[in-house]
Amino acid sequence: MSDGHDAVGNNPGVLKESSITPVLQLRRVNVSFSGRVAVRDVSFDVAPNKITSLIGPSGSGKTTILRSLNRLHDLTKGAKVDGDLLLDGVDIYKGGIATMLLRSRIGMVFQRPNPFPTLSIYDNVVSGLRFNGVRKKSLLDEAAESALISAALWDSVSSRMKVHASTLSGGEQQRLCIARALAVEPEILLMDEPTSSLDPVSTQRIEELMTELKNRVTMVIVTHNMQQAARVSDDCAFLLMADDRAGELIEFGPTDKIFHDPSDARTLDYVHGRFG
Amino acid sequence: MNQSTQRFFSRRNASDSPQGLRARGGSDRFYVWTLRGVAMLFSAILLEFVYSIVHQSWPAWTHEGITLLTGTTWNPAASVYGALPLILDTVISTLVALLFAVPIGLGTALVLIFVLPRRLQAIASALVELLAAIPSVVYGLWGLYVLVPWMSATVQPWLASLTGGRWPFSGDNLGAGIMLASVVLAVMILPTIVAISRDVIAALPKDLNEGALSLGASKSQVLRKVILPSAKSGILGAISLGAGRALGETIAVLMVIGGNAQMPRSLFSVGATLASTIATEYTEASPQNLAALGALAVILMALTAGVNVLARRLVNRSSGLSS
Repeated sequence: MSDGHDAVGNNPGVLKESSITPVLQLRRVNVSFSGRVAVRDVSFDVAPNKITSLIGPSGSGKTTILRSLNRLHDLTKGAKVDGDLLLDGVDIYKGGIATMLLRSRIGMVFQRPNPFPTLSIYDNVVSGLRFNGVRKKSLLDEAAESALISAALWDSVSSRMKVHASTLSGGEQQRLCIARALAVEPEILLMDEPTSSLDPVSTQRIEELMTELKNRVTMVIVTHNMQQAARVSDDCAFLLMADDRAGELIEFGPTDKIFHDPSDARTLDYVHGRFG
Repeated sequence: MNQSTQRFFSRRNASDSPQGLRARGGSDRFYVWTLRGVAMLFSAILLEFVYSIVHQSWPAWTHEGITLLTGTTWNPAASVYGALPLILDTVISTLVALLFAVPIGLGTALVLIFVLPRRLQAIASALVELLAAIPSVVYGLWGLYVLVPWMSATVQPWLASLTGGRWPFSGDNLGAGIMLASVVLAVMILPTIVAISRDVIAALPKDLNEGALSLGASKSQVLRKVILPSAKSGILGAISLGAGRALGETIAVLMVIGGNAQMPRSLFSVGATLASTIATEYTEASPQNLAALGALAVILMALTAGVNVLARRLVNRSSGLSS
């Protein structure tokens, strides 16, 4: 049951007899847009304080899965998410968690750095807290400093907090976005190809940062870069697009196993760069 | 424009083989010079235009001096040329028009983008743009036939009751007047404000919206704290274009404002704007009066140019910080 040979429909992603309580559980998750199935029957667990990567070719549904985890599909007309998505055992769609609260518990970093262009560095970092009603200056200051330190950005921006965020370099902007997400103190941080628009040096710094952040936050990362998945993630989900263009989970397991000893031949082909 | 054109061409030159460079160099030069020629021609026309209007009005400026701007009586028949009432009526009617048109226009733009389903959105957008295609004389007629009775019977009595008949809703309620001109102007500039602010807001990257939502923001917070501030410069542009149109609008205003160049006492006062005065009086103007009307044109141009410069400065201030 834990292996990927009989992948579809048999919960290939559920780790056998896991001793750790997963923070996020996906059970037979389906996502469709106006009736067209984009993701079918995906099940896997996200372990706390680990990095879980989603890999697979374009169209395999990685980002679609990621965006279902903080209900961003709610914005898309005709989008429908089925199945169970449990955050600490409570279903994030059917369990009565307010969407805004959910999104402050599950933060997100996007493909393109998206700091708010009209706000200063400081205002960007504390924007999430302000959205959530925090007004006290001392609290905001404290949170801003600690989030920027966590995002390895404090040293370079502490002297220019009032400067507009758009003056930062791309890599710095992405770290600012990570700091902004961290300031809300989420349990989980979703990252949608967070380095795909960055240069190699910035990419490396973000990857180092992710490893450092593991003790604070659980991360789920979508990446096109297999080396990145291999370098930073602990667990890895490999997805493929089926004949009807719906994304399916082929295999889920510890990253080491996926990359070196996968159960499914297609996984082996993909991680060895034979397609995709 | 000149600078960016040059940059564009030099970039193309740099990346080509020597052969291609020569061939393209020739056609590039042709384009550069054509564009320069067009740009210079355009500047020359503009300069000539300003010069001739100023030149035309010069006798009035030398003769009347500052009273042209500060005099409170405009009576060309008696050779008294004080344009202050006209300036005030122009500015007030535009400001009041903006007061109506900006919130309604912005609200409409937001509804078009965020509320309506896509198909209705296209239809509603087309309708709004159709408003812009109606000739202003038709707006004027509509104002006379429909709005004058409505203003005098319903709206103005209600406004007067709000302040107990005191300023700014005081005086005789004739229906026509500054208030009505403002309402007509508001309707006329609405499509400009809706169309431009809609395009500016729709052009904002989607991930700003999603970035804010992902931090736990509510939809109204996204709107107030992220969308509107990010679109600020474009919205200011929309407002200044609307203001420019309202300041210079002639025929519709002429038909509904009452045509009486006196110092405005309230929003119910009849009045006359710079543009409407030029249009009414030029047919029977003596040379002396013609110079005074030229002076009104100069003042009007200065006003619209001032709005433009102000808008640019506001835009630069916000975008200079943002990008």
